[in-house]
Amino acid sequence: MRRTTPIFVSVGLVGAIVLTGCGQAGQGDATTEDGRTELTMWTHSAGNPAELEVYERIISDFNDSQDQYEVVHESFPQGAYNDAIVAAAASGDLPCLLDLDGPIMPNWAWAGYLQPLELPSELTDSLLPTAVGVWDDQIYSAGYWDAALAIFARESVLTENGIRVPTMEEPWTADEFDEALATLKAGGYETPIDIGAEDTGEWWPYAYSPFLQSFGGDLIDRSTMLSSDGALNGPEALAWGEWFAGLFADGYAGNGGTVGNQEFIDDEVALSYTGVWNAVAALDAVGDDLLILPPPDLGAGPKIGGGSWQWAISSECNDADGAREYLEFSFQDEYITEFADKQVVIPATEAAAQASQYFGDDGALRPFVEFSQEYAVLRPETPAYAVISSTFETAAKDIMNGADVQDTLDRAVSEIDANIASNDGYGFQ
Amino acid sequence: MTVTPPTVAAELPRRATRRLRSIKSRETWAGLGMIAPAGILLVLFLIVPVILAFTLSFTNARLISPNPPRFVGFDNFIRAFTADPVFIQSVGNTAVFALVVVPVQAGLGLLLAVLVNRRMRGVTAFRVIFFIPVVTSIVVVSILWKFMYQQDGLINSMIDALTFGAWSGVDWLNDPHTALGAIIVLSIWQAVGFHMIIWLSGLQTIPEELYEAAKMDGASPWRQFTNVTWPGLRPTMVFVLVTITIAALGLFVQVDVMTQGGPVNSTSTIVYYAVRKGYEQQEIGYAAAISLIFFVAVLIIALIQRRLTREKD
Repeated sequence: MRRTTPIFVSVGLVGAIVLTGCGQAGQGDATTEDGRTELTMWTHSAGNPAELEVYERIISDFNDSQDQYEVVHESFPQGAYNDAIVAAAASGDLPCLLDLDGPIMPNWAWAGYLQPLELPSELTDSLLPTAVGVWDDQIYSAGYWDAALAIFARESVLTENGIRVPTMEEPWTADEFDEALATLKAGGYETPIDIGAEDTGEWWPYAYSPFLQSFGGDLIDRSTMLSSDGALNGPEALAWGEWFAGLFADGYAGNGGTVGNQEFIDDEVALSYTGVWNAVAALDAVGDDLLILPPPDLGAGPKIGGGSWQWAISSECNDADGAREYLEFSFQDEYITEFADKQVVIPATEAAAQASQYFGDDGALRPFVEFSQEYAVLRPETPAYAVISSTFETAAKDIMNGADVQDTLDRAVSEIDANIASNDGYGFQ
Repeated sequence: MTVTPPTVAAELPRRATRRLRSIKSRETWAGLGMIAPAGILLVLFLIVPVILAFTLSFTNARLISPNPPRFVGFDNFIRAFTADPVFIQSVGNTAVFALVVVPVQAGLGLLLAVLVNRRMRGVTAFRVIFFIPVVTSIVVVSILWKFMYQQDGLINSMIDALTFGAWSGVDWLNDPHTALGAIIVLSIWQAVGFHMIIWLSGLQTIPEELYEAAKMDGASPWRQFTNVTWPGLRPTMVFVLVTITIAALGLFVQVDVMTQGGPVNSTSTIVYYAVRKGYEQQEIGYAAAISLIFFVAVLIIALIQRRLTREKD
């Protein structure tokens, strides 16, 4: 028995390894029955039938259009998607084509999951700058759309309360914005603005770091990408923190209720700071009374977050030419328009925007295109973003709950800086 | 392991010995074959991860990184205890949680068990009612309680109604002074039914004759409890105490769903902090060190409990 135990254990282990090994397929080296090279593709869009429908159409059009490659796709729910990619990368089982959320791209490119995209430059130049992911001077990802935030309001409510309707030429100043909130609160709205603070995760840095940037601060010193000192805890950041804490302390914003735009639709709040994806529902509910307003200018101009889901080619793909061919095919304006209209996101090319029912020059959601062009700030393009993002979320929540602003920001800076240092600068030196 | 003594072998005819041996070895193989599925799973999902965690905790390994992990000695442990106030606070929060939950949950469970152990009408209904939260997913329970704890939620509305508007309540989960307490209340409520059932099974092992004898001796209900019930519940008590302690120390889901460790780290626990460091911030080496510290702490506490509750003959 003493001698057989190790044999049993090793047989079990070998068996397990063989079983996991069987999962490997489709990195551009498998072939279909009719001799075409199979290209696997993963998307995060399970549970999003509108998006999936467009992908299915592109894939079947592409597969019909030539006889060299066949794209086979698999969809994951968004919540489990990043974990699936990381697990696949760890076991050497990445698909050829994968989509990814813009800010995570540098982390994955740095980790060696991705290869440079190398699409023709006329294609990538035609896209919104926020729909193209650059790391280390190379393009690693490109997307069909971008998202944008705005403040939704009812024109009638602003007029009744004597509040000026802001424009892109003359957005609300910080004082004007505070006054508007005070007026609306006095006018009977218990919390005048819904900024979505009941949400968690990436929403926090995506939605609230633009306010910080509008005050003149930032998440990290973008000239070096090596430290947050001064950017996230300087005087501008302190001003942002006190303003942000004030929104809650003064009762202008709450952190309860439901995620999404329902409070605005039910007229429980007068203003809603939310995304383009909620715009059609708001339009249906409010109609012509709906205003899509730029965010306030808190000192350094209005800012909103940029960068949404994009496509990349994995470093494990053995037939990158085929993957590239597919991506080039997929970036047709016709498809981009379809994504934009079905999902209510901003199309990445101007031609697609013009063809769209919402985002053309006369489209009801045109302001989002302009906000995206004028105000969008990408989240810092560094592999440290995974840490910056969760640290910022914690710090902003603490500030919301009344923690000392300077202490909280100093602690966040030391946490981020320690992480960057322990990763040898993430390739920036 | 099964060596036949040579003297016995010499006495037996050779053929019989061989048959005996072959039967024995066949039995051994069959036994091993039956152990194998569980054994392989145990090695793959228990022993290998534990060894991995132990090894990783002495390195600066990252979840995602092109840089190879470096051996850093005890750096991670030193960092946890000397340079990481959030870790220290998480340890404190976990300790407070366990110190409150263990006696209160065990006590309440026993009280409920004694109550529903009577022969009266509708007792099954009560047992079911107390047990429902246990079989409901803790994620669902946490989400529901999150709504109830809101500023304008059910709990504050009730307080408002009961005090005729004199006290409108606080934003329970977003106030550093009340958040941990709110999670403690929810956790006790959720799992008390489970421990009630365990106590109940213990109560039902106590022979009825003992109570009859006690009654004959004229013992009051309280004397019956202290002199018959409580001694009879001793093994159950040890089990309940150990399971509640381990569950309490591993507090994670409620925190993850309701507060994410906030506000101002007032609900961060050791397990939550390890997950946060390891996955969100990708510092697997450091998270492994935290897990190892947690493992040692739980081991020590369990050993102390065993010593304190051992049978003294």
